[in-house]
Formats: sequence, structure tokens, C-alpha cells
Amino acid sequence: MSNLNNSTKAQLAERFRRFIDPEYVISDDETLRPYECDGLSMYCEMPMLVVLPETVEQVQEVLRICHREQVPVVARGAGTGLCAGAMPHAEGVVLSLAKFNRILEIDPLARSARVQPGVRNLAISEEAAAFGLYYGPDPSSQIACTIGGNVAENSGGVHCLKYGLTVHNILGVEMVTVEGERVQIGGEGLDSAGMDLLALMTGSEGLLGIVTEVRVKLLPTPERARVVMAGFDNVQTAGDAVGGIIAAGIIPGGLEMMDTHAIQAAEDFARAGYPRDARALLLCEVDGTAEEVQEHIETVETLFAQLGATSVRTSHDEAERALLWKGRKSAFPAVGRISPDYYCMDGTIPRGKLAQVLTEMDRMAERVGLRVANVFHAGDGNLHPLILFDANVPGEFEKTEELGGKILELCVEVGGCITGEHGVGVEKLRQMPVQFSDQELRQFNAIKDAFDPQGTLNPGKGVPTLRRCQEYRSIEANPEAVGA
Amino acid sequence: MSDISQQLREQILQARAGATKLDIRGGASKRFMGREPQGEALEVGRHRGIVSYEPVELVLTARAGTPLEEIVAALDEQGQMLSFEPPCFGGNATLGGTLACNQSGPGRPWGGSVRDQVLGIRLINGLGEELRFGGQVMKNVAGYDVSRLQAGAMGTLGLITEVSLKVLPKPGETLTLVTETSMAEAVRLMNERAGQPKPLSAACWHDGRLYLRLSGARSAVDATVRQWGGELLENDVAFWRELRDQRLGFFDGDAPLWRFSLRSSAEPLPLEGDWLIDWGGAQRWYRGDADRARLDALAAEAGGQVSLFRGGDRSGEVMPAQAPALRLIQQRLKRAFDPDGLFNPGRLYSWM
Repeated sequence: MSNLNNSTKAQLAERFRRFIDPEYVISDDETLRPYECDGLSMYCEMPMLVVLPETVEQVQEVLRICHREQVPVVARGAGTGLCAGAMPHAEGVVLSLAKFNRILEIDPLARSARVQPGVRNLAISEEAAAFGLYYGPDPSSQIACTIGGNVAENSGGVHCLKYGLTVHNILGVEMVTVEGERVQIGGEGLDSAGMDLLALMTGSEGLLGIVTEVRVKLLPTPERARVVMAGFDNVQTAGDAVGGIIAAGIIPGGLEMMDTHAIQAAEDFARAGYPRDARALLLCEVDGTAEEVQEHIETVETLFAQLGATSVRTSHDEAERALLWKGRKSAFPAVGRISPDYYCMDGTIPRGKLAQVLTEMDRMAERVGLRVANVFHAGDGNLHPLILFDANVPGEFEKTEELGGKILELCVEVGGCITGEHGVGVEKLRQMPVQFSDQELRQFNAIKDAFDPQGTLNPGKGVPTLRRCQEYRSIEANPEAVGA
Repeated sequence: MSDISQQLREQILQARAGATKLDIRGGASKRFMGREPQGEALEVGRHRGIVSYEPVELVLTARAGTPLEEIVAALDEQGQMLSFEPPCFGGNATLGGTLACNQSGPGRPWGGSVRDQVLGIRLINGLGEELRFGGQVMKNVAGYDVSRLQAGAMGTLGLITEVSLKVLPKPGETLTLVTETSMAEAVRLMNERAGQPKPLSAACWHDGRLYLRLSGARSAVDATVRQWGGELLENDVAFWRELRDQRLGFFDGDAPLWRFSLRSSAEPLPLEGDWLIDWGGAQRWYRGDADRARLDALAAEAGGQVSLFRGGDRSGEVMPAQAPALRLIQQRLKRAFDPDGLFNPGRLYSWM
């Protein structure tokens, strides 16, 4: 860091300490270190400063100062994101919302809750349980991830097909603009007049404003939930079976698929009784009233058997249901045991293309000498290929990253997209020009300008500048030039 | 069944060159909404047809001028439906207009809104650029959600030319329970019952009667009917359709029709006049003399807002006032999409 920057840093820290508890203005390297990355730790950057304001007024003041001084601001929740969306900016301030961790109000009759952005996703459901209610979206990081981060990424989970994403489960947000102004978007009703700014904010990756409060919808906890596990001897048959369930008019609460690598890793780890020899495994959870679950479970069991399942098992109690899910829920750490490292991708594809995509992916992986395990939100087409690699082998991460990029491009090719729920962040900037034209990217940049003309909110994330797109495209066209 | 997007784009480019304003029209079923339309007609009605429909993927894509009835009929053949039950307003409503005006029917609190079910769009912006956002998959978080941003924008950001939607299977069984009760009691009951894990799919109150619709697996619907009690409504499909299309007697006549979008559990508002409560309490229709400032204040207290949906003076503002910061953001967004202000000038707000 240059002397000029050092003096900016000291001055800025000193100004923040005038209105924020000095302990919560972090400027020394040792304390800054934990903030250098989010859940995607391959991407690191030390921030200039980290602040942890405790009131909205303090957030406003931080933004006003940074706006005046044109200092980048990167909002951060729990740092569990998987696209380097919360990676700091070297000359910027990390604005942690960690102190905003209170549930302000639960309205059981209207079935909503008003919460601060740093509240953990799962904490909302835990608090609402007393009223027989819960919050729908359940990303796998729900123990740790915060609702503010969920809004920024439009997080999903395993129940999206039936219960939707974050965008479907929030009623309003309070936001502070880059200029430091506090605005209310949405409210307690189901819609508001004018453009749907709430939808625009959801998934905007901290590029448009800082969310300081969220009103979420709460759902009645289903009376009953049961899960059917089915093994298949090929992926195509399993994919068709998913289609069969949908065609029968059933929308399962959760519908997950795993491939051979994932099944074996999960079984070694969780001992859930998964069929080790299966090429694909489906977990289909049906929830609702006791009568409905009974009716639908029978249909699902029959369909799986008819549609070529080699084994079918249904949970009979909560313990068995939890056990069957345990394998799936521990799939990521389980894969972590069969390989020194893994890299989780997040493409979305039309479900009908699954077999084609998996076959093509295996071919691509084989060509570069890597293995891929797959976990698939089969109900909504969200594929998580886990590329297995060893970071200690020189060049292997680069190879992995390249394969990952190719996989995302394949997803776009078959009519899908480069990210279903993890977001673009820094990680997928290179693939944005694959999914979008220059005109579309220019439109995104114009939206950004409408909120943040100086471009100080989470710069370098989410949407590439056109200059960078041209660079990416010329690299694609002439890959030999890169190594130089 | 034709694709006239090039023709539409040409007209937009000409309008831009000649500084002409454009008035987007699909089926012209919602001309009464918003402020008075201005400009040269940009007719989208002929840009119609279902482009693709994959029942097993639960995704349908259609051109913006496709009548809803055509879409509903195609879905019906496969045992599927538009879960947001959009109003057809006499049969002419189109898919594009439904999204632009964010129109959803009685099932909205449970089946989602049109905005909730949109997966992607094609749009021609004010520069005449043909853009594609979102896609045909359930989850897509790449880039800003421009598709859903259109809901309620009333065409001010560009011409929607194609929409992809999530569709859902039809329920196995649907029944409607009717109970005689007061408005206040109905609001309480609607909300209490919506908090139970039962197959409730619509809740409306009018003229002393509470209507609760149950949809789902037959066994679940039957069991809930036994638990909750009440009279079964005969010909309930017609009732919900007439409510959806605003053809119930309540909607007759020229008196101004106000729409409140509120906290579903809000106590009845202290306003004399005729009320119809839908969306389990979250959408309330009011016909009566009223001072706008008073309505706004009452709506705000109930966590929401009020608009002049139909009738009355449509040269003034009909939508609720926007806070200055939000107004500024929307004006800037308008410029980001339509720098010359071609599309639907003044339709949403006088300042847009």
C-alpha cells in the first residue's frame, strides 16, 4: 500500500471512530485477515478497513463518507457466499452487518417477521416455530448464513421448487442507498405500485444498496413430511422418473439427485443406507397434510417402481427421514473426504438435458484428468458439480477452474444458466458474456449506474464491464496468448 | 401465431428518430388502468403464439401478445395451470400486459403472483435493442432480475415481447366453503386459517359471506372440509372466475374503484362504503367517496398502500405517491432503459 493510501486509511479510520465504537473499526492486518475472503477462499484480498456499525444511522454515515471520498464499500453478512461476492476491495471498506442480528418482530397472524440483515437464516425458523411457522428458503449454509446475504444472492435451498427462492419469500426491505439515504422498498402487503424494485434488489449482490432490514414471509409448518429414496442404474432413467412425478401432478417439497461418486462418498460418511451400486439416487420428499402425504407417497413409490428404480425405500418416522437426508446434506463434506479439495459449481439446466450434460461433463473431466461428483436439485434443474482436485499439485486448481468454466458454458449451451443460486460475484464474471450479449450487459451496467453512478458499491463483482468482456472474448478466441 | 418482433422494433426505431411517443397495446383489456394513455399505438396483439411448452419442465414460453385464454387452454390439456390465476378482463388480456400490470387473481397469496412465476423475458428497450433476461429454468441469479422488475412498470421500461413462466399441475380437488360472518371476523378467520398447514388456495369476503377455497389432494381437501365446516358453494368455479375477472356485481358501475394492498391481518379500515376483501385480507377493494389523503394515511397505517384502480379522475396521479428517493431511482431506471422516454409516457406516474 502506498503512503498516500496509508494516510487515507488512517484518516478514514479516524473519521469512522468518531461515530462507531472504535473497537468496531478494524484497521490492523491481524484482525482484518479473517475478512479477506468469503466461502470461496480461493479468491482473497485484504481490505483497507472493516467497520461493524451497530445502527442504521451509522451505516448511513459510513456510506455518506465513502460516497464523498469515492471509497469502495463491500457489504458482508456471515461470509458464507460461494462466488467471492463479499471478497474485499484492496482500497475499500468492508461493511459488516454482523451486529444487526436481532429479530425485531414476529407477526404470527399476518405470518411475517421483521428482521435485521445479520440474523441467521435458521434463527428465523427457530423463532417462528413457537407459532407453527417457518421461513421457506433453506440454503445448505442456513445454520450460518444471514438473511441479508440471502437477499443479496437470492438464495434457494432444497425446497425451492415448491416454496420458491428468497425473492418469493420476502415482502419488503429497508435499504440505504450509496448516498446514505434510507428508503423502504415494499411493505407488509403482497405488492407495491410501480416497478418491482424489491425483485431488482433481490440477487443484486450488494451492487445497488445496503439492506438494513428485511420483512420475510412465514409459512405454516407442514403437518407431515416423508421421503422416498430410490436408486437407479442409470442417470437418464432417474431423470425420467423425476419427470414422471411432475407429470403425475405432484410438486415435491424436495427432490434431490446424486450421482455415483456423490452416493458413495455420502454413504461412507453418513451410513444412511444408500445403495452403493446405484448410478443415480433420488430423494423425493412429500410434505403437506397427513392425508395428502399418505396419498402422494403411495403414488411416488408406485411411480418409482414402474419407472425403473432398482431400489425404493420410504421413511416411516422422523428419525428415518433425517437419516435419509443426512447423506445428502453431508454430501459436500463427504466429497471432501474422498479428495483433498473440491470446487463446487452452480449451473442450471432444463431437467430433460441432465443425462446429456452429465455425459458431456464426464468426457470433459476425463480429458483433463479430473473427476466430478454431482449433486443435483432435480426439481428445479440446479446442478452442483463438485470438481475433485488437489490444490497441492501445481496447476491443478487452474485446470479445475478452467473445467468449471467449460461446465458453465455447457449449461448455457443447453438452455440453462451459469448460476442458479450462488451468484456471479468475482468467480463467474468470465462466464457472463457467454450468457449475455454486450447490449444486455450494457443494460445491466445502466441499471447499476441508476443506483450507483460512481460505481463504489461492491465494484468488480456481478456484472463485468464491457472492456473486460472484450478481453475475455479475445482470450476465448485465442487461448494460446494467455500463457504468455 | 406470428412473430412480428422485427416490425415492432422498426416502429420503435422510427419513433425514436421522429421523437414520437408510443402507447403499448396488447389486448386493450386494461386501458382503464394507470393514467390516461398517450402516444401513437404500438400494437403487440398480433405478436402472439406459444413458442414452447414443456409440461414436464413446468415451463411455458409465449409471445407477449398471446391471449391468456389461449395459454390457459393449452395448459389445461396437460392438466396444468397458471397458479397466479390472472384476470382475463373479458377475454382479451394478454400475457405481456398481465406482467406489465402485475395482475394476479384470487390464488395469489398461495400460488404466487405473475411476477413470482416469471422466469425470463425478451424486451426491446428504448434504443431498439432486443434483449433477453432470465431464462427458461427455475433458478437463475446471473445479472439483475430485469424480468421481475417489469411487474408493475406498466410498459415504461420497454416493450416486453416474450415471457417464460413457471406453470404448475392442477390440484386433484377444489371445493369452496362459505360462512356468514362480519368483515372483522372474516379477516381474523382468513388469517388464522392461512396459518394452518391446510390446502387453502383462496380467501375472499363480501357482503357478509366468507369464501374459503381448498385445493389439493382429494383426501386433504375432504379432511379439511370436515374440520373447518361451512356450506359447500355450488358452482364455485364460476364464483372465483367472476371474482378474478372483476365481473361480480360489486365491480359494476362507474363509481371509483380503490385497491388497497395491505398487511393481510389489518383491521377493517374505518371507511363508509362497500368492501370486497380478497387475497386472504391482503387485497381489499373499496367503493366509496373518499379523500385521497385520508385513504393514503389509513393504508400506510395498515402496512400498505392504495391506488385508484378504475374510474375517477385519471389525469391526476392514480398510483400511491413514491418517496422522493424511490421516485429518483425509478426515474433513473426509466432513463437507463428508455432514455428518450418513448414508452407509455405518463401512464404510471405523471413524472415518468
